[in-house]
Amino acid sequence: MAVSPPISSPHALGSNRTRNIMLQVLLATLPGVLLLTWFFGWGTLINILLAGSFAIAIESAILRLRQRPVAFYLNDGSALVTAWLLALALPPYAPWWLVLVASGFAMVFGKHLYGGLGQNPFNPAMLGYAMVLVSFPVEMTSWPVWRGIEQLQPALTPTLGLIDGLQRVFAPASLPTDGWTSATALDLLKNNSALTLDELRAAQPAFGSMAGRAWEWISLAWLAGGLFLLYRRVYTWHAPVGMLAALAVMSLLFWNGSGSASNGSPLFHLLGGATMLGAFFIVTDPVSGATSARGRLVFGAGVGILVYVIRVWGNYPDAVAFAVLLMNLCAPTIDYYTTPRTYGHSKPKRGLGKVDQP
Amino acid sequence: MTDKRFSELAADGLWHNNPGLVQLLGLCPLLGVSSSAVNALGLGVATILVLVCSNVSVSLIRHAVTEAVRLPAFVMIIAAVTTCIELLMQAYTYELFLILGIFIPLIVTNCIILGRADAYAAKNPVLPAAVDGFMMGLGFALVLLVLGMLRELVGQGTLFANMHLLFGPIAADWTLVVFANYKEVLLVILPPGAFLFMGLLIALKNLIDNHIKARMAARDDVPVAAGSKRVRVTGTIN
Repeated sequence: MAVSPPISSPHALGSNRTRNIMLQVLLATLPGVLLLTWFFGWGTLINILLAGSFAIAIESAILRLRQRPVAFYLNDGSALVTAWLLALALPPYAPWWLVLVASGFAMVFGKHLYGGLGQNPFNPAMLGYAMVLVSFPVEMTSWPVWRGIEQLQPALTPTLGLIDGLQRVFAPASLPTDGWTSATALDLLKNNSALTLDELRAAQPAFGSMAGRAWEWISLAWLAGGLFLLYRRVYTWHAPVGMLAALAVMSLLFWNGSGSASNGSPLFHLLGGATMLGAFFIVTDPVSGATSARGRLVFGAGVGILVYVIRVWGNYPDAVAFAVLLMNLCAPTIDYYTTPRTYGHSKPKRGLGKVDQP
Repeated sequence: MTDKRFSELAADGLWHNNPGLVQLLGLCPLLGVSSSAVNALGLGVATILVLVCSNVSVSLIRHAVTEAVRLPAFVMIIAAVTTCIELLMQAYTYELFLILGIFIPLIVTNCIILGRADAYAAKNPVLPAAVDGFMMGLGFALVLLVLGMLRELVGQGTLFANMHLLFGPIAADWTLVVFANYKEVLLVILPPGAFLFMGLLIALKNLIDNHIKARMAARDDVPVAAGSKRVRVTGTIN
């Protein structure tokens, strides 16, 4: 049982082994993690620590149950990356049991029930996120206020201290329930029916100059991390560009000016909510996304369109998790229709005429 | 032409050919009303009653109905029986009747009932048909009950809440609060939870079956007698 599964030949040590890629992804999230910690205090780090240890514990338990070599599979870092991305998506200071349920669901139902890494049809982190979002709407919409809010709205106090943060996570009953969370910009825009955008912006400090205050900078940090991963060739540009371009086109088409019925500017949608985190860390998942370059472009575009549709006409203020999961369902079909043609061979086989045997 | 003993009928209905776990019939009510134990039990009992009554009636008229019109006749019988059960539930368990709503009349369309009528009751005498109906219904009701209990436990942290809807005032304090101050897990209460737990139950049944099969195989595995001249030519040598 302690023997590692054979790694197929050739035995050259490439630079793109799973572990290496996973570590680079973690490295690329650091600017975003730093900014999140600056704006919201220790919540994100507590999330990462909790989700990471839960995920690794659950992963090793299941590997043991499935009689797979534990050290070999833990060593590839995929469980840690899943938990890490999940922790970044969850609201800072999420209660510990929420993190436990989300990472447990991601590991068990998102990954191992389908056969482990490489077999999962859905993005495990997004599956865990969607599960807790549907199950615990109150906790999942408690977004803490950011550093600096107290100067704009004295009634609100950001949770910045480590002790306060740990109390929020483990014993929230001992703390006051009001004054530490506020609605996000996406939420306010969605529920706004009377104010023009300028009035809304003046009335609500949640709006920054581009998108949500504080969140716009965090989005830019995700963008920077994503560009680093592109530069390192961890993934290609197709899926992120597809998603961002589709979202930009959709938000341009349905912009609707600055009146009360406005759906928000393209910049607002690109830098608001989880767009950038999704574009550079979620839709680029090589397992649950489409395979070919054209396929990834279509996959990303589908996510972008769905994000906009759900944000504007759906029931949820943000939609990256649902959009990614829905497109995960479509990925096999996208692969079917976008199989690249080998140069010099016959015409690509498309549509119903395609057969799987040569 | 009864070719099965009652114990075989019972084993088929409850385990080997369980309508919920193996035939996967009647999934609509199975997934629709299994959000709590009382709902599950209510519909389970209603289904058993309909199944037994329809099997008996179909078996009684099996020589009088021709092959060509048998299905319409069966459906009419099932619809009539279901309507009777529905009226009974309306009379005696009105609140539960309101909760179960459309799923009670929908028993008519439950494939298990027509399936058993056509596959078994139409070819067998009354007593075996009744036993078959009861066992199939019991198998379905048990799966429904387990699913309802699991979903109630995980979703709301209680067991047997609101049982007075079915059993009257005696059952008013049957509620077991398993986890106090439990946070409701909406996903489990909503339909996706039914699919998840159904999948887990099917997996559990297959696991048990495989385990039993492996045990049987190990028991039947007679070691090759000493001095055998057979030579193994394929496979690995242990």
